[in-house]
Amino acid sequence: MVNVILIAVCVLGLIGLASAVILYVVSHKFAVHEDPRIAKVGAVLPQANCGGCGYPGCSGFAAACVKAADGGSLEGKLCPVGGQPVMEQVADILGLSVAAAAPKVAVVRCNGTCENRPRLAQFDGAQSCRVQQMTGMGETGCGYGCLGCGDCVAKCQFDALHMNPETGLPEVDEEKCTACGACAKACPRGIIEIRLKGPKGRRVVVLCNNKDKGAIANKACKASCIGCGKCVKTCEKFEAITLENNLAYIDAEKCKMCRKCEEACPKGAIHGFNFPPKKEKSEEVKQEVGS
Amino acid sequence: MKTFKIGGVHPAENKLSAASPIREAALPKQAVFSMFQHIGAPAKPVVKKGDEVKVGTLLAEAGGFVSAPIHSSVSGKVSKVDVALDASGTRRMAVYVDVEGDEWEDGIDRSTTLVKLSDRPELDGKTIVEKIKNAGIVGMGGATFPCHVKLSPPPGCKAECVIINAVECEPYLTADHRLMLEHPEEILVGLQLIMKAVGVNKGFIGIENNKPDAIKLMTEKAKGNEGIEIVPLKVKYPQGGEKQLIDAVIGRQVPAPPAIPINVGAVVQNVGTAFAIYQAVMKNKPLIDRIITVTGKSVKQPSNLLARLGTPFQQLIDECGGLPEDTGKIIGGGPMMGKALLSLDVPMTKGSSGLLLMNNKEARRAEPQPCIRCAKCVSACPMGLEPYLLSKMSAKADWEGAEKNDVVSCIECGSCQFTCPSNRPLLDMIRVGKTTVMGIIRSRAAAR
Repeated sequence: MVNVILIAVCVLGLIGLASAVILYVVSHKFAVHEDPRIAKVGAVLPQANCGGCGYPGCSGFAAACVKAADGGSLEGKLCPVGGQPVMEQVADILGLSVAAAAPKVAVVRCNGTCENRPRLAQFDGAQSCRVQQMTGMGETGCGYGCLGCGDCVAKCQFDALHMNPETGLPEVDEEKCTACGACAKACPRGIIEIRLKGPKGRRVVVLCNNKDKGAIANKACKASCIGCGKCVKTCEKFEAITLENNLAYIDAEKCKMCRKCEEACPKGAIHGFNFPPKKEKSEEVKQEVGS
Repeated sequence: MKTFKIGGVHPAENKLSAASPIREAALPKQAVFSMFQHIGAPAKPVVKKGDEVKVGTLLAEAGGFVSAPIHSSVSGKVSKVDVALDASGTRRMAVYVDVEGDEWEDGIDRSTTLVKLSDRPELDGKTIVEKIKNAGIVGMGGATFPCHVKLSPPPGCKAECVIINAVECEPYLTADHRLMLEHPEEILVGLQLIMKAVGVNKGFIGIENNKPDAIKLMTEKAKGNEGIEIVPLKVKYPQGGEKQLIDAVIGRQVPAPPAIPINVGAVVQNVGTAFAIYQAVMKNKPLIDRIITVTGKSVKQPSNLLARLGTPFQQLIDECGGLPEDTGKIIGGGPMMGKALLSLDVPMTKGSSGLLLMNNKEARRAEPQPCIRCAKCVSACPMGLEPYLLSKMSAKADWEGAEKNDVVSCIECGSCQFTCPSNRPLLDMIRVGKTTVMGIIRSRAAAR
């Protein structure tokens, strides 16, 4: 009996040893050479595989970084999730320096809340923005605004987007948002913009995506941009605001955060984010506009 | 009895307006002509604000080969060229005409006397296609594919027969049925014109046998017309689909896209198109009106109206006893393939075959439940696809998988969704997949 056990152990042991030798030889002989720096860079990346960098996953980005480093510069390479700290680590590994990249954040450019934008129809198909988009305008009179089925929320890997049941619009949690851009790609109407976060998180944005003529946009939503161009005039000095297809757009790089456009907008479509509470006077102005 | 071989469903027929003769709808006060009344490039307006137009005046020319011109269906003054909400639910370019009187362009024969093909021996195929093209005729079954394109076979393809689609497999709709009962001879001349245009001497008219009166009448009238055969078909949805009809009538299967019916030698035209072709070629009348069924269980007077294009739907409903109070959903087209409308200010277009008013109870879709893997959708699919799989792939954005599983073959008939015991929105998702995959295929071809 003991004999049988001994033979079995010996045979298995020998097979194991032989296999180990074969594997060792094969792994050396047929080894695929990979730049060791790729693995090192990969190790410092967040491994979210979100594709926000524009490459297929973190390993793809790591390989691209190493390749770019051989070219001498990491310009244009940014992991939006890890941001500046991660890019500095990557640069350290590759022996390069990296220019400071301004942090960005997702901005939902629609303020068509249930109150601002009355529902004219009820969509009872599959609860997906992409499906609703195929029906035409959707539930409201605005063919450009948020459809409210939350395709963007489903795509967010960082728990940074949530539907607000009161407004029917998605809200961005700025702390959690990594600006990977998955939500912007998921939105069939292109409402979400990946935008400069701005100093102290302050930024001024036109919260509307409506390209219809003023009369139609005005009827569809209380908070729509009607393309009147008043904001463009107030910003003549900085030329940060452009009006195209009946829709104003503020260039975040040129914006000086004076917020004059916000006051000038007759529809209250321009919003300042993260500014300290306004003085009384401007609040009055806003209330007048709101009423 | 003949029918197509795979899949299909049989929804309740509900042909409420079958006994109601076609009557003419009143002229609208303002007619709106969308530039997107057909598949293909939009038409280009050739009129401007203030222009005087008559019935039959050209409003917009074709925007390309796969496109169709648009003619005024009313006389009056162009009030503006601007965007308008249309039946697709989007705002698109349109011409608005304020109606004054009812003056027709010279040269349009408004008499009802029948002009036979033998009365006009000088007509040749080319002239016929040219006339059809200039009259702006599109597929009247609802798909609105420009008619002249189908009648100009691509090189290397030879038509062998013409099939007239008089199936009307959509529940509720009766426009084609009434047209056959009231204008059988004109339809037959229309068919002969199509046969001459594509150079064949075999023509079929496929009619489902829930219309025995139409089958009897058409058979009677077709007697003596050599080469024309009336084919009664078993009632099954979606028999009116081009590929299903070809399978049912001549037993040939059209391969997966990009193959088209002409690849198996068939040219299919709707019965309404045949009538419009007769009017265009023999009476010089461009496509300015069509028959539309206004129906629904709560509608006071379900009717078949001969209405001018551009008439707002609201007016058509008023003509049939007004909007019932319990209306929950209004569908442009039939219940299976039609599209819910966002507003009643939408104008009627060349493809408006019906207007269905559903009451609150019918309109509500049931809550979707998890898939129970019964595969009913697979057996219902007339294209032999796997709807549960395609819908899942579309939801997960697996476009490669969807392409491999032939999502582009989907004809969007909705049989899968109709038959699903779990009320899953299968077609909703498949449509997303189909549009996306078609876009991918197009961009791939463009990159090549």
